[in-house]
Amino acid sequence: MALELKSISVSFGGVMAVSEVSLALEPGRVTGLIGPNGAGKTTLFNVVSGIISPNSGRVILDGHDLTSTPPHRRARRGVARTFQRLELFGSLSVLDNVRVAAEIAGRERPDVVAANLLEQVGITGRADSVAADLSTGSARLVEVARALAIQPKVLLLDEPASGLDEDETLRLGRLLRGLAADGLAVFLVEHDMELVMDVCDVLHVLDLGRLIASGSPDVVRRDPAVVQAYLGVA
Amino acid sequence: MLALLDVDKLLTFTIIGLSTGAIYAIIAAGLVVTYTTSGIFNLAHGATGMLAAFTYWQFRFAWGWPAPVALVVVLLMLCPLFGAATERFIMRGLKGTTEVIRLTVTVALFAGMLGLANWIWPPDGSRVAFRRFFEGNTVPLGGINVSWHRVITLACAVLVAAALRYIMFRSRAGVTMRAVVDDRDLAELNGGRPDRVAMLAWALGAGLAGLAGVLLAGEQQLNIEPLVLLVINAYAAAILGRLRSLPWTFAGAALLGLLDSYYLGYLDGRIIPSTMFGFSLNGLRASIPIIVLFIALVAMPVSRLRVGAVRFREKHREPVWSTSLLGAVLLVTFVIAISGMLTRANTLLAINGFVFAIAALSLVPLTGYAGQLSLAPMTFAGLGAIAMAKLPGNGSILTLAGAILIVAGIGAIVALPALRLSGVYLALATAAFAVLVSKLVFNQRQTFQTGNIDVPTLAIPFVDIGSPRSRLILLSVAFAVLGLCIVALRRSPLGRRLIALKDSQAAAATLGMNLTATKVAAFAISAGIAACAGALVGDKVSPQQYDFLQSLPVVLLAVVGGVASVAGALLGGMLLGGSLVLVILAPAMTNISKVLPGAIGITLGRNPSGASEQIAENFRALAGRWGLISVAVAGGTGVWFLANRGIISNWSFVFAIAVWTLGVVPNLPALAERFDRRTVSAGIWLAAGMAAAAFIDWGTAVGSSGWRLLVLIAVVFTIGPIGERLLDRSPRVRPGSPDAIGLTDDLTPLEVEDAERRIGVVL
Ligand SMILES: Nc1ncnc2c1ncn2[C@@H]1O[C@H](COP(=O)(O)OP(=O)(O)O)[C@@H](O)[C@H]1O
Ligand SMILES: [Mg+2]
Repeated sequence: MALELKSISVSFGGVMAVSEVSLALEPGRVTGLIGPNGAGKTTLFNVVSGIISPNSGRVILDGHDLTSTPPHRRARRGVARTFQRLELFGSLSVLDNVRVAAEIAGRERPDVVAANLLEQVGITGRADSVAADLSTGSARLVEVARALAIQPKVLLLDEPASGLDEDETLRLGRLLRGLAADGLAVFLVEHDMELVMDVCDVLHVLDLGRLIASGSPDVVRRDPAVVQAYLGVA
Repeated sequence: MLALLDVDKLLTFTIIGLSTGAIYAIIAAGLVVTYTTSGIFNLAHGATGMLAAFTYWQFRFAWGWPAPVALVVVLLMLCPLFGAATERFIMRGLKGTTEVIRLTVTVALFAGMLGLANWIWPPDGSRVAFRRFFEGNTVPLGGINVSWHRVITLACAVLVAAALRYIMFRSRAGVTMRAVVDDRDLAELNGGRPDRVAMLAWALGAGLAGLAGVLLAGEQQLNIEPLVLLVINAYAAAILGRLRSLPWTFAGAALLGLLDSYYLGYLDGRIIPSTMFGFSLNGLRASIPIIVLFIALVAMPVSRLRVGAVRFREKHREPVWSTSLLGAVLLVTFVIAISGMLTRANTLLAINGFVFAIAALSLVPLTGYAGQLSLAPMTFAGLGAIAMAKLPGNGSILTLAGAILIVAGIGAIVALPALRLSGVYLALATAAFAVLVSKLVFNQRQTFQTGNIDVPTLAIPFVDIGSPRSRLILLSVAFAVLGLCIVALRRSPLGRRLIALKDSQAAAATLGMNLTATKVAAFAISAGIAACAGALVGDKVSPQQYDFLQSLPVVLLAVVGGVASVAGALLGGMLLGGSLVLVILAPAMTNISKVLPGAIGITLGRNPSGASEQIAENFRALAGRWGLISVAVAGGTGVWFLANRGIISNWSFVFAIAVWTLGVVPNLPALAERFDRRTVSAGIWLAAGMAAAAFIDWGTAVGSSGWRLLVLIAVVFTIGPIGERLLDRSPRVRPGSPDAIGLTDDLTPLEVEDAERRIGVVL
């Protein structure tokens, strides 16, 4: 068990954005989290990465309670993430975005690490351009590379495929499978159902802050509660 | 009998305190209203009140208008108009800029208003007194007599509180205002008009500032700086209200007023001695609000990491070694070359320019890279000067190193409590620090014993640095070396971290970066560099040079020059030094020079990357073309040679070198490109321009120095642009007008996403 969330609840001004969510991520697996907009997926990611602290519940990584650990220490313990609303370092070059992460993590030859990671996610030839000038799709891939630069144990991806074209999405799927094969625990929030069904080993469904279904993608797909949440039919 | 006396005394000091608090409350309320509706913390809010007080004085006492007429004109007409115009023409243009720029523009406004007041109402002019309302009349109240002015002040505060409550909760405009406070985007979607609301709020805020200014002037008389600074105290009240809550702001203001008056009545000189361990505590009373401000800031809840990076209009580039080295060498060569031609007075001015430039340079890593605004660079410079003078070693390199280390340490320590803060809160904390140091440290016998101290010149083995000329050269070398250090920093891992801190704190933290440690490093480096600005002056200095108000123009011009680059710091420092040059050369221009920095700063909304970036844009085509660069350098050397041999006069040298660098050099790449009618005609035009610049004896042709400067500017801006037109260089790309985005400029990914979010495609 790499990461465990124990009955996490978050409320914003009385509105429960996440309520009593418990789930676990396993190394070597891609765990999917889906749900309509506003379901609380990003909020849950913010809890895991330490950007907000939950009203109740605990975040446990490899047996260590991280609930009150600041974000940068969680990162050093192996939690990395990307952002739904892009958070690239806009005035650094694409290469430096990844390099600075490798430097923060204290890796040897950060420039080489960065160049390799960019190649791995499929960003080539744009290493020297300013990050602010990237298209959404490329920017998302750079965020993935940057998160990988700190050699995480748990990787949280918030809608990494939105803005990617079909080829890029396929490539991303293969990358995620590869990362899982290397022992990473991948936590994927994504609206592209094809990608989710393709790469996820386990799927959780969030609606109005609650987990309404969990299981293998095939099982979840047929779950009546999920169908209702997505299509609004009884 | 004794007990009775005590009650009277208590009552007296309570009423004094409450009426002081009432003034703070009125100012602070205006500040809160504008901040919450427009998101801009108006550092010039106090200056508005000051200007209003002066205007009122002009009408009421100088021209003898009846008080009600003067009050209506100033408070209900001029102030609101001024506030609305400020919002409409200055602040509204600041969308999409960083908080640093937004704050700096209000600093510009501050500096401009200060200059304007000094211009219209020179401090030395004798004036009719500013009298209180109903001066001499008192009301008996519980056994003591209270002046009508105080009663009116208190009544005003109560009225303002009631009126604000009514406006905010009952009127349509107020309800919209509160909606805007809660969620600007949402208010906009629901048909509210945040811009109109912001304009109203600024009008209201300026009116309140004016009211407070008039009331305060009745108590304190008309003195520009005390008025402006006393108003800064009101910031503490606004911060106690967390810049949002008006009731808490009023409570905070009352607390501050009472603290001040009880201190005066009960503690000063009795319980708290006037000296302690040999240190004077004279400045303590005036520091109370600042101390409260500091405590309130430190007690602020930690701001949550903001997710959702904003796309800023500023553009900055990583400096390249070759250009930086070339720049450093050229700078020092240039200074050595002209230093022999400068008069003593001009040399001293140039020295000043470099001192400012080094102070501005200290903001590059902190403000330019890490995005943290400090309003105290000159305070650190002052600490550096003291350290250089007091540390053993008599100005040796080791003394300098010690001074840098000590001040860097102080910078780190000051930063620590302030680090949890960001943006406006951090800027205010540094302002509080600056004022505290002025009031409690710089006025000690142990620091500036007799009002000024002698900072030894840097002792370098085998080099004699005694004359102003050698000090100027030393300072230019120091700037060049420090500038190269900054370039090295920017290209180092720490430099990348500083940028990461500015661009996205959320991403930096979730990648494992310790934000606090990084900010401390930025503060320490910045303080260390600022220390050099003080330690290297090699002259007598006085505490006034390191006052809080002296930091404002430095910050302002650093940002105007371009705070993310070394060249910008140099340009900013020289602009500041240059506005002093204007004063010396042309007394008639003194007044213009006073408002100049403010006037330039206000344009930041249009060009947030700074002037150096814009100028650099002109020279970018030269990059890496060493042949052309040699031609450029050779031309400059040639002009210098002519002047040095006495073939052309000093003024002709100034004209020729300006035309060469600003008019001809940017056109060199296009000239060299091909050989046809266009290039030939442009070449002839530029050569003729150069000849005119060099061989007309401007010193005799134009009568006064002030006119010469204006003619110089006109000449430079005729020769260069016409040459450009002849060469048909496409018009320079101006950093995007916001109106063009989406029409002629492509939308960036983040804008697309923002649009998507607003439409509801993604959340
Ligand atoms: N900082 C915040 N303040 C108030 N409400 C928030 C905040 N962040 C998210 N919410 C609310 O919490 C709910 C969940 O949002 P989010 O986690 O972004 O959903 P998802 O990522 O699943 O689309 C939404 O109703 C959203 O409006
Ligand atoms: Mg989301």
